[in-house]
Amino acid sequence: MKKSLKVLISVLIVAGISPAVAEQNKGPGLAHPASKEDVAAWNLNVFPDGEGLPEGQGSVAEGETIYKNKCIACHGENGLGTGTGDQLAGAQMGLTSEYPEKTIGTYWPYATTIFDVVRRSMPMTQPGSLNNNDVYSVTAYLLYLNNIIGKDDVMNASTLPKVKMPNRNGFINVYETEEKNKK
Amino acid sequence: MAKDRQNDLLLEEHQVAGNGLLDRRLFLKKGLQFGAISTFASAATLALAESETESGFDPANPPWMKQQGAPFSTYGMPSKYEDRVVRFPTQNQAVPGNGVSWTPLHLMEGTITPNGLHFERHHNGVPQIDPAKHKLLIHGMVKQDSFFTVNDLLRYPMQSKICFIECGGNSNAGWNKQPSKSEAGYFNGMASCSEWTGVPLSVLLEEVGVSKKAKWMIAEGADAFAMEMSIPIEKAMKDGFLALYQNGERIRPENGYPLRLVLPGWEGVLNVKWLRRLQITDKPVMSRNETSRYTELLPDGKARMFTFFIEAKSMITSPSANMLLKEQGLYQITGLAWSGRGKIKKVDVSADGGKTWAEAELQEPVLDRAFTRFRMPWFWNGKPAVLKSRATDETGYVQPERKELVKQRGRHGFFHYNAIINWQVDSDGFVSHVYDKDEKESKGSDISIDSGWD
Repeated sequence: MKKSLKVLISVLIVAGISPAVAEQNKGPGLAHPASKEDVAAWNLNVFPDGEGLPEGQGSVAEGETIYKNKCIACHGENGLGTGTGDQLAGAQMGLTSEYPEKTIGTYWPYATTIFDVVRRSMPMTQPGSLNNNDVYSVTAYLLYLNNIIGKDDVMNASTLPKVKMPNRNGFINVYETEEKNKK
Repeated sequence: MAKDRQNDLLLEEHQVAGNGLLDRRLFLKKGLQFGAISTFASAATLALAESETESGFDPANPPWMKQQGAPFSTYGMPSKYEDRVVRFPTQNQAVPGNGVSWTPLHLMEGTITPNGLHFERHHNGVPQIDPAKHKLLIHGMVKQDSFFTVNDLLRYPMQSKICFIECGGNSNAGWNKQPSKSEAGYFNGMASCSEWTGVPLSVLLEEVGVSKKAKWMIAEGADAFAMEMSIPIEKAMKDGFLALYQNGERIRPENGYPLRLVLPGWEGVLNVKWLRRLQITDKPVMSRNETSRYTELLPDGKARMFTFFIEAKSMITSPSANMLLKEQGLYQITGLAWSGRGKIKKVDVSADGGKTWAEAELQEPVLDRAFTRFRMPWFWNGKPAVLKSRATDETGYVQPERKELVKQRGRHGFFHYNAIINWQVDSDGFVSHVYDKDEKESKGSDISIDSGWD
C-alpha cells in the first residue's frame, strides 16, 4: 500500500468515516451537461416573484371564452365547482365558518400558482394544450371572478406577480417554525 | 376441566388490563385455542368448502394430490381463493385517473406491502414511461445543469431502506362527524411499507455541485399533471433518494416507474413519482399542491403549511371494521404502528374503550420510519367491547385521541389525521368503527368536509 493512501485511510478513520463509506458516496460521474435551451424547454416552474413566467398576456374577456370551452365542465359556471372539479370562486362562507369554502379568493396565497397549475395540468383531458396567452387569460378570468382584479386588467409576466391575494398571510410555515425551535 | 373454568383461570392468571386483555407473552404458551375471525367474504369461502364436503370431498385424499399440478409460471400471482385481497379504488367520475386506491391492510399480515397492493394516489392517471426515453434533469443553483438517463442512474451506488409511505390525506374520514362504514384498510390504507432501493440524492447533488445558498429542491413528475412539490434541500441531502426498485423488483408504473423520489417519514405527495426534474433554488415554488391542497385549515382561519412529517399513528387491523367474531374465546389483536420521526417505542392496547391499557408485543425488527407489527392476546367474553391502540414513538410523541386532535385542529384540516382508532365489538361479535361516547356529533352532515377531488 502506498504511503499516501495509508495516510488518507487513517485520516478518514480518525474522522469517523470508513474508507468504504467515503468511496460509496462517490458516483461514477455520468452526468450529461444540459444547455440553457434544454433547461428552458423543460422548466415549467413559476414562482411567486414571477420567475419562470413566459412572454405573452391575456385578458378577462378572452379568459371567459376559454373557460367556457375548456374548464366549465368540471369547475362549473362562474367557477362555482361541480362534483368533479374544485370550486374556484364565489365563496359565500368564510374560512372560519362551519362549512368553509376554500377558493382562489378566500384561500390561495399566490396568484402565480394559478398560472403554474393551469399551464402544466389543465384541462385534465388535454393537459398542456393551452398556449401562454390562453393561460394568462384564464388566470385573469379566475382572478376577476374572485373580485381580485378589474374587468379590464391584463395579466402578463409583469402584472401577475404584483396581484395581492386576500389570503396571502393566512399560512403558518410549520416546518420552518419547528426547525427554528430546534436551534 | 369445564371450558368456563378454564377461561376463568386464563383470565385470573394472565389478565393485564380491563375486559380481557392478556399478557403479551401468552403467545409463547403452546396449546391455546385461538378463535376464528371471519369477514363476510371468507364466510362465503367456508360455505363453498362445506358444499364440497357434501358432494363427496375427502380431505384425507384431496383431488390436488391425485393429479399433476400446474406448470411453472414466469411471474407468480396470488391464489384464486385470495381474489378479495385487492386495493379499493375511489376515483373522480369525470377523470378516472384522479383519485386513490386503498391498501387492504385489514386483510394483510406482516409489515411489507406487496407491490400490487401498495396504495395509489394519482392526480391524472398512471403514465406508461419508456425508460430508454426517460431522463432526469437537475438544474438551477448548481455548478452544472445536468441530465441523467435511467441507465446512468442504474450504475450509481445504491442503498435500500424499508420505510412506509403515507398519503397526507390518509384516514381523512376521521374528520367526519359520523364514524366510517368502510373496512379498516379502505379508509386508513393510504399507507404502505416497502423496501425501496436507489441512489442517494446527496451523491447526485454533490456531483452537479449544489450551491451552498440553495434552500429548496422542487421535484416534478412526468405524469399528465406534471405534479411538482418543494422540498427543503437539507432533507434531500440527509436521507432522500431516487428509488428504482421496490421490494426487489423495478418500481411498478403506478408507484413511479422508472424513478421516484423517496423521503423517508415525510408525507406521500412529496415522494414524487415518475421523477423527471429537480430544480435547486432558494425559495419554494408555492405550487397548487403545497398551497391550496396539503395545507390544513385551522378553526381560526389560518392554515398549516409545509407539514412534512407523518406523526406517530397506529391501527388495529384485526379484529377491525366489518369483521365478525364467531364465538367468545381467545383472540389475537394485531395491527400496525408507524412514525415519520423514527422508531415506534411502544403500542398500548385497550379493550375497554380506553379506561385501562396494556403494552402490546412489538414484532421484530422494529425499524426506523417503517411499519411495526404489534400483537396482543385478548379473551372476548361475548359482551360489547371497544378496542383501541395507541402508538408512542422514540421522540416520546403519543398518538392522540380523536377529541384532542379535533380540539387542536378543528375538523376542516383534511390532512394529517392520526388519532386513535376505535373498533367496537358488539354482543353478536360484529365489529364497527365508533367514536368515543363523549364526542358524539350526531348533528350535521359530512358533505362539507371535502367534496372536491383535486
